[in-house]
Amino acid sequence: MSDRAGITRRGLFRGIGTAGLIAGCKPGERPPTTTEEHGDAAGPGHGEAAFGPGPAPVSFTLNGEARTLEVAPHVTLLAALREQLRFTGTKVVCDRGACGACTVLIDGVARNSCMTLAHDVAGATVATVEGLASGGKLSVLQQAFIRHDALQCGFCTSGMLMSCQGLLERSRGQQLAREDVEAAIAGNLCRCGTYPNVVAAVLDAAKGSA
Amino acid sequence: MQPFVLSRPKTLVDAGDLARARPQDSALRAGGIDLIDRMKEGLDAPARLIELRWLGEADREVMRALGPDGEGVQIGALVTLAQLAAHEGLGEAHVALREAAGSAATPTIRNAATLGGNLLQRPRCWYFRHADLVCLKKGGSACLAVGGENKFHAILGGGPSFIVHPSTLACALTALDAQVEIRGPEPRTLALAELFVTPKQDAKREHALQPGEVLVRALLPKPSPGQRSGYAAVKEKQSHDWPLAEAAVRMSLESGVMKDVRVALGHVAPIPWRSREAEAVLEGKPASEALFAEAAKAALAGAKPLRDNAYKIPLTQGLLREVLHRVAGVPLPE
Repeated sequence: MSDRAGITRRGLFRGIGTAGLIAGCKPGERPPTTTEEHGDAAGPGHGEAAFGPGPAPVSFTLNGEARTLEVAPHVTLLAALREQLRFTGTKVVCDRGACGACTVLIDGVARNSCMTLAHDVAGATVATVEGLASGGKLSVLQQAFIRHDALQCGFCTSGMLMSCQGLLERSRGQQLAREDVEAAIAGNLCRCGTYPNVVAAVLDAAKGSA
Repeated sequence: MQPFVLSRPKTLVDAGDLARARPQDSALRAGGIDLIDRMKEGLDAPARLIELRWLGEADREVMRALGPDGEGVQIGALVTLAQLAAHEGLGEAHVALREAAGSAATPTIRNAATLGGNLLQRPRCWYFRHADLVCLKKGGSACLAVGGENKFHAILGGGPSFIVHPSTLACALTALDAQVEIRGPEPRTLALAELFVTPKQDAKREHALQPGEVLVRALLPKPSPGQRSGYAAVKEKQSHDWPLAEAAVRMSLESGVMKDVRVALGHVAPIPWRSREAEAVLEGKPASEALFAEAAKAALAGAKPLRDNAYKIPLTQGLLREVLHRVAGVPLPE
């Protein structure tokens, strides 16, 4: 956190990021901006919906709010969340579904947003880490993470929280065992090795919310 | 990832027609885990993805089926690994498949990855996965694993390519004698073994589907009375990892005598590897520690390790023995 001249780390990245990205983008890599089918001879297409390669609208519910985005088919949900909607709580780490830092809940199910296309969530409900707190108050799970020191560098934390949130939602009213939590976070890589504290936090939160 | 057109046909017939119209630059997409991975790595750049998850109700129902089919079991190609791992309709007779599904990848990947995609994914060989390398599978003249780093490569059935088949479900389904139903211009049902292509047949591919053909279901036959099964894998990491070796076993026990024995090994060969040698040792005999050791030895007798993967021979033997002990209910030796 920075209070120097009102500059924040995120604000600084946002300011330079867009210009840097566009400058570094080869012209051929920029997607066309039409949603039309380019005289595509791909054939039959009776009754099929087709869109792209340019942006096309997709509507879904994000943390309880209806959203419609214009996004190209090749854009991942992760990229759309971070770069278009500026929901940067969901982290990019491996970008290949191997680390879990980008975990979000899609219709209540924990998924890698980096391996999901933005258009895959049409009509679905998406929950990200930004949706956990409400009215400026951290959720029971988030408070338990703090109490149990369940984060160090923090890079896995938002994904870790979402996998754990998914577990709490699907196991509501049931007794949770250590193994249940370990199984639920088996897709979330923590290079700091904070797993024992995460498990303790979730077991604590499960008691608190039961 | 290169931009592409996303198509959402309503019927399997339309999906097949679309795929056949431009076979070189279209790809069918189910869960899309391996496909998106390859596209991000620059290995594939289809101009059109044809989505199977948005089919109309009739076809979607077939592809999402999970449950009894006559006296056997049907599993739709769009069933996720997580659904499969949690499916209580797969009892002791078919539990190998649940164990395999629940062990693959990570929980979040299993929530997206499908049966069809798991069977038809491309190999994990690091030379194949490197966009800048032209290996045998990509039209080059040699399998780069032969003179390179080959710790994770094939010890059985290798040559000219030494990939190991990446599908965890295929190992269990081979032991369970599964068939796969294919829709296309000529609908057909194949024994699982006929789905896979050996590198000697065609080093560039791993499955026999033609453009426009869609794998819609896997079918497990009616189990024998008293059928039981099991699957296990050894990995360097318990999660987030591909197996070093896998073993799956099916058998029926009648007064301690093993019948209808099937033995499958995974991640040791370019195809899911059925070991008829091990089956021949076990079939019709009383289950015992000594016999399991003999079967494991027979299963690996033909192994031809490369420079870095001879460790897979004792590893796979030990794993197969462990699964046999567990499935037959014979206590492991101390």
